[in-house]
Amino acid sequence: MAMTQPSPQSGPRLSMRTRRAIWVWAFLALPVLFYSVIRFYPTIDAFRLSFTNWNLLSPPEYVGVQNYRDMFASAEFWQVFRNTFAYLIIGTPISLLLSFTVAYFLDRIRFGHGFLRALYFLPYITTASAMGWVWRWFYQPAPTGVINSVLGSLGMGQLDFLRSTTWALPSIMVTAIWAGLGFQIIILMAGLRSIPQTYYEAARIDGVGEFAILRKITLPLLKPTTVFLVVFSSIGFLRIFDQVYNMTTNDPGGPLGSTKPLVLMIYQTAFNSYQMGAAAAQTVVLFTILLAISLLQLWILRTR
Amino acid sequence: MAAIDTPASRPLTMTRIRPGRILAWTVLFIGGVLMITPILFMFSTSLKTAGQIYDLRLIPQSPTLANYVKVLTEGQFLRWFLNSAFVAICVTLSNVFFDSLVGYTLAKFRFRGRQLVFIAILSTLMIPTEMLVIPWYIMSANLGWLDSYWGIMFPGMMTAFGTFLMKQFFETVPDDFIEAARMDGLNEFTIWWRIAMPLVTPALSALAIFTFLGNWTAFFWPLISTTSKELYTLPVGLTSFAVEQAIQWEMIMTGAAIATIPTLIVFLVLQRYIVRGVMLAGLKG
Amino acid sequence: MNYFTRNVTRTAWIAAAAMGCTSAANAVEIEYWQYIYDSRVQAVDQLIEKFEAENPDITVKHVTFPYADYQTRVVAANMAGKGPDVLQMFYGWTDSFVNGKVLQPLPADMFPTDKIEAEFFPIVTAMRRGDDYYGLPTAVRSLALFYNKTLFAEAGIDSPPKTLDELVETAKALTKKDGGGNYTTVGMTLDMAGQDHQWWREVLVRQFGGTPYSEDASTVTYDDAAGVAATQWYTDLATKHQVGQPGFMDEGQAAFRAGRAAMTIDGTFRLGSFREIDGFEWGVAELPANAEGLRSNYASYFANGIGAGAEGEELQAAAKFLAYLSSPEAMQLWLEVVGELPARPEVAMTEANLADPVYGPFLKALEYAHTTTFVDEQAQRQVTMDMANRVFLQGQAVEASVAEAAAAEQAIIDRAR
Repeated sequence: MAMTQPSPQSGPRLSMRTRRAIWVWAFLALPVLFYSVIRFYPTIDAFRLSFTNWNLLSPPEYVGVQNYRDMFASAEFWQVFRNTFAYLIIGTPISLLLSFTVAYFLDRIRFGHGFLRALYFLPYITTASAMGWVWRWFYQPAPTGVINSVLGSLGMGQLDFLRSTTWALPSIMVTAIWAGLGFQIIILMAGLRSIPQTYYEAARIDGVGEFAILRKITLPLLKPTTVFLVVFSSIGFLRIFDQVYNMTTNDPGGPLGSTKPLVLMIYQTAFNSYQMGAAAAQTVVLFTILLAISLLQLWILRTR
Repeated sequence: MAAIDTPASRPLTMTRIRPGRILAWTVLFIGGVLMITPILFMFSTSLKTAGQIYDLRLIPQSPTLANYVKVLTEGQFLRWFLNSAFVAICVTLSNVFFDSLVGYTLAKFRFRGRQLVFIAILSTLMIPTEMLVIPWYIMSANLGWLDSYWGIMFPGMMTAFGTFLMKQFFETVPDDFIEAARMDGLNEFTIWWRIAMPLVTPALSALAIFTFLGNWTAFFWPLISTTSKELYTLPVGLTSFAVEQAIQWEMIMTGAAIATIPTLIVFLVLQRYIVRGVMLAGLKG
Repeated sequence: MNYFTRNVTRTAWIAAAAMGCTSAANAVEIEYWQYIYDSRVQAVDQLIEKFEAENPDITVKHVTFPYADYQTRVVAANMAGKGPDVLQMFYGWTDSFVNGKVLQPLPADMFPTDKIEAEFFPIVTAMRRGDDYYGLPTAVRSLALFYNKTLFAEAGIDSPPKTLDELVETAKALTKKDGGGNYTTVGMTLDMAGQDHQWWREVLVRQFGGTPYSEDASTVTYDDAAGVAATQWYTDLATKHQVGQPGFMDEGQAAFRAGRAAMTIDGTFRLGSFREIDGFEWGVAELPANAEGLRSNYASYFANGIGAGAEGEELQAAAKFLAYLSSPEAMQLWLEVVGELPARPEVAMTEANLADPVYGPFLKALEYAHTTTFVDEQAQRQVTMDMANRVFLQGQAVEASVAEAAAAEQAIIDRAR
């Protein structure tokens, strides 16, 4: 073994193994420090803070599970909880369905392929805060908003979009789906590419129809990609903030809290009302949900 | 998985143009145009005067750059642009260096505690940023990092995602290369930097692109950690600008356009690499 | 001897030069913070220029933030030990800023309590805690009815409404809709997120026979017939009389500016931005009285306080600057640039001001205005916004919505105490 070999170099008689270990920990010293101080310690700190009552201005005071009790007893929290899952449960399937349809057909097109792909991908690289304002303008009532002005000129009624407790959340969700679609399409096309052509050729020789090929070959072989995208997009919707913040600056998360997601609630609790303990408790809830989703992903991929 | 190539390199399954294809193409084209409609309208409105914004024609009747002149001279967009670029570049460089160093160490060395370090780093993927924000904020306040470039940057200097991505790529580098270099008496750092790194350049550029994009558009933490306007990044600056404009939409659209134009140019120039980088990072990570 | 003298002279010379250098390098720099509002920023810039001319050894750095972030910024900077030396703050924030050690009391030698109370309008006492004053206003603000004279003339109406009933009738005559039934011009803006929540709380509730809060501001008292009647009247503007629509053009002031609203209620602080309107003529009137002629108004102010971190030379410079900001001279400039009413009656209640068609209505209001003691202005405003929205958007009964709002606001007040 390396240990028993004489060192090819003269100098300090450190064994090969020791010298390598020194290199390893020299490489890892700064990263280990970083992960401990910037990742693990704050995580523990967040848990600790969630059991305190602290407004930044006076020293934190231990209050046990009071923050959690208050949170679970508040109607506002459950509304926010419902909103967050509405973004997730409606947004994820719609965006996946759309991106799969586009990827599936775009994959077969050669003429102008790069151009079409660029059109779909472009929104992904835009800044959410900038586009939030563009969409907000689109949704304005006539005569400002594009959509309502078109409807008005066709003699149709107005859609309330951001002013409606029913439609504000879907309106904001559209913005988020729009921005994320390009990424999903690219990933799905890569997934489609990775399916060996021979499978398709064999199926076509056997006279299997296009729809059957899609159902029996494409979709099953695309499962790892799909699972990844479902998790990725779920996490994205669970953490939605930029769009909501920018599209509802007049009445943050409104009207009537109907668009407020968990992260906006955390932001307001921590940085508008300065209830750091209560906000930390809310982040623990977010952590738990994300953990559950990640574990679910691992479980699905393992049983494959 | 990483078979990423252009459609032209695939065997042709289509020999003649079928009506179905034309229909699919047309539908995809219309969909694609719809996708960029918001961006088109943003530019169109930014070229209109306040009096013209109710005229919803896409091509402005008498386009003017007056809004741009006003926003660029009165606002601080240039400063915010430079801030964003500086922050995103520093964070990207740091990630490219440290994530690949750690990824390499985990992939190519056998040492006690390796598994522990790997799992510890990987487990941080499960911790949402939002949970860390409050402790980071308090930490920054105590250390005087609030409202500084370092304060914006420090949380993202290394990522588990990048480490994992690089580890996967370094595992494909043959051990023989490294052993041969050791025989030549190169030290471990030189081996990593001179021998191993050049073998994973596609992964490095993917990591760089992904990290840069993520930091360029980052909003939540910069919003919290900066207090002076001089330190805002572009997304935060744009939000404060838009709120101040109090629905003067032509000005807001101009601000949004200014925030979008640099990304757009970079994208048009480097489209191939960006798409490939995002694909690679997304698939492996 | 010669050598000695020469040497001493030289030493003294060097020392003097060095002292000169240090005192120039030591010119105190203090930081002044306020939120972004165009005319206020301009006014402070002008004041700083004059102040620096009179005090060449002091430089003032003017730092501004968006209003939505302002409080967060102050608290964050205070935590980081980078707080301002002098800051502008809403009178309603005093409690949390004093408790949170953001502010220090004004030096009593420069600002004796009895002198302050003799020279300022009585509402200044909201800045007093114990024997100490924690800030002084430059200007006070009140509300008034802004009306679009051009639209009034087109409709053949020659004077603004004097009572609530007249307001409804006038607004009806001025509302215009297109073929699809969409508003193109609203008679009256409905914007609780703007100033309507103040109008509702301190004016409408009182005009319908109620009071918004108990004497000590610890209890919400609008959950009664008066509160319900006031809310009913307000929401009827949109639902029954159809003279306006909440959210029309996003903000009431924006609709008025664009010439698409005939009337809006706003404060003195809006004068600066409305003066830039060149598409039409506008006028100002006192808020309408109720049928019995009862009038009310909401007055408020931003005060300037001294940051807890200022000490030594900086504290002296800060106190000097604060004294200048609350001087009659500064108040006159503030009135001209921002259009806010001077906080000293000697500057405010001049004959010229009272006769002014724009300032007159605002100044008259100061005689009967009320001040709300907010514990968390943002959250309390949200309660009123939500109260109206439940009626507008969800069709909730007014009684139920008022009751819900009262309970929610009471909870906010209780939490803060």
